[in-house]
Amino acid sequence: MLSFVLKRLVSLTLSLLAASLVIFMVINVVPGDPARFMLGMNAQPEALESLRRELGLDQTLLQRYFSWLQGMLVGEFGTSYTYKVPVSELIGDRLWVSLPLALYALTLSTLIAFPAGIFSAARRNSPTDLSIMGLTQLGIAIPNFWFAMLLVLFFSIILQWFSAGGFPGWDSGFLLALHALTLPAVALALPQASILARVMRSSLLETLGEDFVRTARAKGLTRSQALWRHALRNALIPVLTIIGLQFSFLLAGAIIIENVFFLPGLGRLAFQAIAQRDLIVVQTVIMLLVFAVILITFLVDLAYAAVDPRLRGQRS
Amino acid sequence: MTTTGKILSAAVLGAAVAVAGPALAQKTSVSLGMVLEPPNLDPTAGAAAAIDEVVYANLFEGLTRYAEDGSIQPALAESWDISDDGLSYTFHLHEGVTFHDGTEMTAEDVKFSLDRARAEDSTNAQKVLFEGIEAVEVVDPHTVQVNLSQPDGAFLSNMAWGDAVIVAEESAADNATNPVGTGPFKFEDWREGDSVELTRYEDYWGEPVALESATFKFIDDPTAAFSAMMAGDLDAYPSFPAPENMAQFEADPQFKVIEGSTEGEIIMAMNNAREPFDDIRVRKAVAHAIDRQGLIEGAYFGYGTPIGSHLAPQNPAYVDLTEQSAYDPELSRELLAEAGYEEGFETTLKLPPPSYARRGGEILASYLRDVGIEAEIINVEWAQWLQSVFEDTDYDLTVVAHTEPMDINIYARDDYYFNYDSEEFRQIMAELENTADDEARTELLKQAQRKLADDYVNAFLFQLPKLGVAKTDLMGLWQDQPTQANDLTDVHWKE
Repeated sequence: MLSFVLKRLVSLTLSLLAASLVIFMVINVVPGDPARFMLGMNAQPEALESLRRELGLDQTLLQRYFSWLQGMLVGEFGTSYTYKVPVSELIGDRLWVSLPLALYALTLSTLIAFPAGIFSAARRNSPTDLSIMGLTQLGIAIPNFWFAMLLVLFFSIILQWFSAGGFPGWDSGFLLALHALTLPAVALALPQASILARVMRSSLLETLGEDFVRTARAKGLTRSQALWRHALRNALIPVLTIIGLQFSFLLAGAIIIENVFFLPGLGRLAFQAIAQRDLIVVQTVIMLLVFAVILITFLVDLAYAAVDPRLRGQRS
Repeated sequence: MTTTGKILSAAVLGAAVAVAGPALAQKTSVSLGMVLEPPNLDPTAGAAAAIDEVVYANLFEGLTRYAEDGSIQPALAESWDISDDGLSYTFHLHEGVTFHDGTEMTAEDVKFSLDRARAEDSTNAQKVLFEGIEAVEVVDPHTVQVNLSQPDGAFLSNMAWGDAVIVAEESAADNATNPVGTGPFKFEDWREGDSVELTRYEDYWGEPVALESATFKFIDDPTAAFSAMMAGDLDAYPSFPAPENMAQFEADPQFKVIEGSTEGEIIMAMNNAREPFDDIRVRKAVAHAIDRQGLIEGAYFGYGTPIGSHLAPQNPAYVDLTEQSAYDPELSRELLAEAGYEEGFETTLKLPPPSYARRGGEILASYLRDVGIEAEIINVEWAQWLQSVFEDTDYDLTVVAHTEPMDINIYARDDYYFNYDSEEFRQIMAELENTADDEARTELLKQAQRKLADDYVNAFLFQLPKLGVAKTDLMGLWQDQPTQANDLTDVHWKE
């Protein structure tokens, strides 16, 4: 097991290094000078020169790459060109929006998907099953930003129960902050819940056809007893895998929803930083997301290996 | 109702009350929408208009300032004397002016601010404003004398720019994130990515303001901006990003639409150094190919004033030269044939992100196609536009708004991106710079406008309107926009 972990760690480090190189190259190849963007059309050449020096843009690409890499190793991410505050602080603030939003959406999606999926599987081909499956089809098909606009129209403009967007911050009170994240979380959760409910249903149906369920029925359990006591736990494995995938998607992919609700999240930070050529922020945010995804994959690999000893041999 | 149901609805209700609470007692606070978030809050170290839109006249003040009608008014300088040769300005400062950290604002601070802006290593985005200053001398704590190398008729208006505000030496370095100025509002909080909050500065030297606090919220998506207004999250959006929503606001008694003027001339710039636009007949043909009214209807839903040269229509020296390049596709085709392009030609049109450019660009391309010019549209981001069009002048045609006040002198600059090269125009500008007399200046400005129209330097399209929306009871917002600012000093709620 130890050698397996070590090998996985080496490959993780190599992936991160390769990712950092690709990210750095792509971002620095894109045309657009950060200093010119900041000083605008009336700037004089010497003012631009001073600013470039101040931002460290007068160094060679190689020097900049290594100082960025070196900084990240010691947890020193540099200072944002435009905001003039440490990048780590900027990202930290945004994580406090993006992370709770992703968790909130995931919770909602699970709370909707589990009962819907189980119910459908238990009453396979009944009118309820058909209508639930029809609804999930719709949930997958509806673009979440459009659904978000409908939510705003109904709950913010007509009923005025919620703000149309924005985030008051956690220091304004837990409930108030949660309230502000509710519509975005619902908008994000709907398609995820639809996918999850379908996975739950098919996984459960598959398990219900297994031998051990038949054995359980033969022992005298009713269909629903067999479902709850034996089938459900076994059906959860693929569902949990999907939940893991959805979480990294929600963390990195909420950008459109963040725009609709003007939330100060990670996605919007990266989006604005690209437009403003705040290269250091773009690099670091993308690197962080890559790191999160690679880390989750690494943990999942470890978990599989722990559960199923056969995988250790295969993977190494 | 189940227990969970009860808890949930109580939570929602509680939150709703908490949200609605401040809305009821909202008579001394205001929340305004803005498209772009300022990158930092130091107006002396960045060109972003969003900085001035938050801090100008609210947080920071200069020696002079722009009033709503575009006139130059005293600000920190109570009055001034100009020497007969026009070379020396003596400013008499208000007494009892304090910075938000409590320290007194004196002539030393003025000297520091101006010297810092014109220093060798200065990163002031408008350093050119301070170029004419030869020396700044402190006469006594409330008098400062500025000596110029040559007379400059625009000096007092230069000092009114946001880039020329007075800052204190102790706090100057931190103004980007913790601005300390002398204005009627002081900095309270900046939630990056969300909003900036200002509160009333109780020791303000001038007339105290009616508002206790003001919040600027950054909502760039036009649909989100519309929802935020409709849902009551915002009290006003002084420069609303979507002209298509104006009719809806106008029809709603909760809101009023504030239509005013800006200093933004929208032009379709032509690369005067590049074939075929180096031929004045081709430039003239382009100008005559465009129906300005049609463009304004299509791109800006009918808001906007056509222009025929590079000066704002509200300027007293404005001459209407639109007739000189009136819509005449027939003439346009003739001119092209004369220049040797009977079959027309292919070219490119680079468009930055704002809707006047993207939407307007499509319409312009179809006008051009009508006379035989195939313009391929290339959409670019701002950073790309600055690099390729502005810096490297690698473009044929582009659409952009020049929003700085009184910026006709850009046509006299060497290597400016139009690549316009006219000794005659440079002379007019040089003379203008050395003229302080109003009447003579007006005459020179008229001459300059005619020269640009005669040379068909660019296709002059229309003046960017300021389209704002506010709750009906909110009074005192600027209607016009002589400079990029949201001056809140007169803003109050109707009793």
